[in-house]
Amino acid sequence: MNLRRVWALVLRYTYVYRRSPIRILEVFFWPAIDLLVWGFLTIYLQQRGRDLPSGVAFLVGAVIFWDVIYRSQQGITLSFLEDVWSRNLLNLFSAPVRVTEFVGATCVVGILKTLVVGLYLTVLAFFLYRFNLLAVGPALFPLFVNLLLMGWALGIATTALLLRWGQAAEAIAWAVPFAIQPFSAVFYPVSALPAWLRPVAWSIPATHVFEGMRLALRGGFAWDHLVYATLLNLVYLALAGVLFASLYAAARRKGLLVKIGTQ
Amino acid sequence: MSEAVVVAEELRKEFSRDRPVVSGLSFVLRRGEALGLLGPNGAGKTTVVHLLLGLTTPTSGRIAIFGLPMPKNRITVLGRVNFASAYALLPSNLTVRQNLTVFGRLYEVPRLPEKIARLLAELEIAHLIDQVAGKLSAGEAARLNLCKALLNDPELLLLDEPTAGLDPDIADKVRRLLRRLQAERGIAMLYTSHNMRDIETVCDRVLFLRRGRLLAEGSPEEILRSFRCDDLETLFIQLAREESESLPVESGRGPEEPSKGLPGSGEAMR
Repeated sequence: MNLRRVWALVLRYTYVYRRSPIRILEVFFWPAIDLLVWGFLTIYLQQRGRDLPSGVAFLVGAVIFWDVIYRSQQGITLSFLEDVWSRNLLNLFSAPVRVTEFVGATCVVGILKTLVVGLYLTVLAFFLYRFNLLAVGPALFPLFVNLLLMGWALGIATTALLLRWGQAAEAIAWAVPFAIQPFSAVFYPVSALPAWLRPVAWSIPATHVFEGMRLALRGGFAWDHLVYATLLNLVYLALAGVLFASLYAAARRKGLLVKIGTQ
Repeated sequence: MSEAVVVAEELRKEFSRDRPVVSGLSFVLRRGEALGLLGPNGAGKTTVVHLLLGLTTPTSGRIAIFGLPMPKNRITVLGRVNFASAYALLPSNLTVRQNLTVFGRLYEVPRLPEKIARLLAELEIAHLIDQVAGKLSAGEAARLNLCKALLNDPELLLLDEPTAGLDPDIADKVRRLLRRLQAERGIAMLYTSHNMRDIETVCDRVLFLRRGRLLAEGSPEEILRSFRCDDLETLFIQLAREESESLPVESGRGPEEPSKGLPGSGEAMR
């Protein structure tokens, strides 16, 4: 992998934001809306039931953590779509760019977006709700990394589907993270799910992260959740990589890369 | 004879079973030569360019560029090649400078800012350096595409209808520029176009394709002589009309067997 080429692609995707106040606004607007809705909801719940354990912390923390997955996934998928929309895909893939360099660059874009939005939400949550993300403790960093990895796996898999089905699959880019959200124990524990759905929930890395976060906010440190999340993420990243490689090869064989690039 | 830059042997590409888009195509492109791919819509010209770039993999056959098999050596080869197409735009939401900076870095061009300034001046769009690409006129955008294509001083330039949509004046400027660059730098060029003036002005040799097969090969003059036509445009129209009126080509007919009814059977005929 040539890091200079990776950096060139990162530049390409960040240039888009430098020139577009609307895009920048979009990056900050929706996370803030989520934070406001869930923050006020939990304040209301706390007022109604005083025994609600650290309700604000749980839900506000969940909003911030969920956004890490979402931004990480979108960093990859939207970067690819950016080249599809601008019909630049042919120029890009006719340049000496390895697929790994392209995916690597989109992953870096995912990290950048996640860091910017995560920091912004953390500050906003502190001023609005006195929620201190650092209260999660030493688990914060490994939990964050696991969310990032899961976002990457989703992003790579989604991009693979876009390669195969083109812009017709664009809705998938937006829908995939939300399709797994109900089963990922984001805003409620796994115990809230019906028994038959729990194995599904435990097979999702994010479930372990959110359960781990709730435990950490109560003062615990769930090593087992971190280990499961990491192992599952490695499996899903490998599967996403295999899916991408096979659909990329199919796209070149069937001429889809060219078709998507000039549609 | 100068060194072979592209060697294509028995290229075949089919996107659906038994319906080849390119079939049995063999050709050599040498250093300093401009080779035109000519043919009506669906002749397989653009597919050949995509096969050479490794954007599409051949169903069978072999491609070697600079002596290196493709697409196995794709990254090494593409560093010495560049491409411009009227159908592949540069991102419209980036400025001219940003676009060229990104591609210059991808091709690892040394002294990039100077290179960009020189190319923009050469193509007479230096004043647009901070203009957003989406606001450029068709002619300016085509010249920006060419700037991108010349950034890495390519030894092989693949041009897919680079003058499509340009007014005659700009198209003429582009053709002159390409001819000059080719003469000065000895670039090998593969050029597809529907514009006969392009082919006549720029290309030393022409491959006339029809339904993915090589129909004729030679200099524009040789082809005209062999088909007993006065100009390429008349020939093109004649072949395109014949194609639209004819039955599907029988499978297995090689480029050695021209379709019935074509005038001439000179040396340029395959």
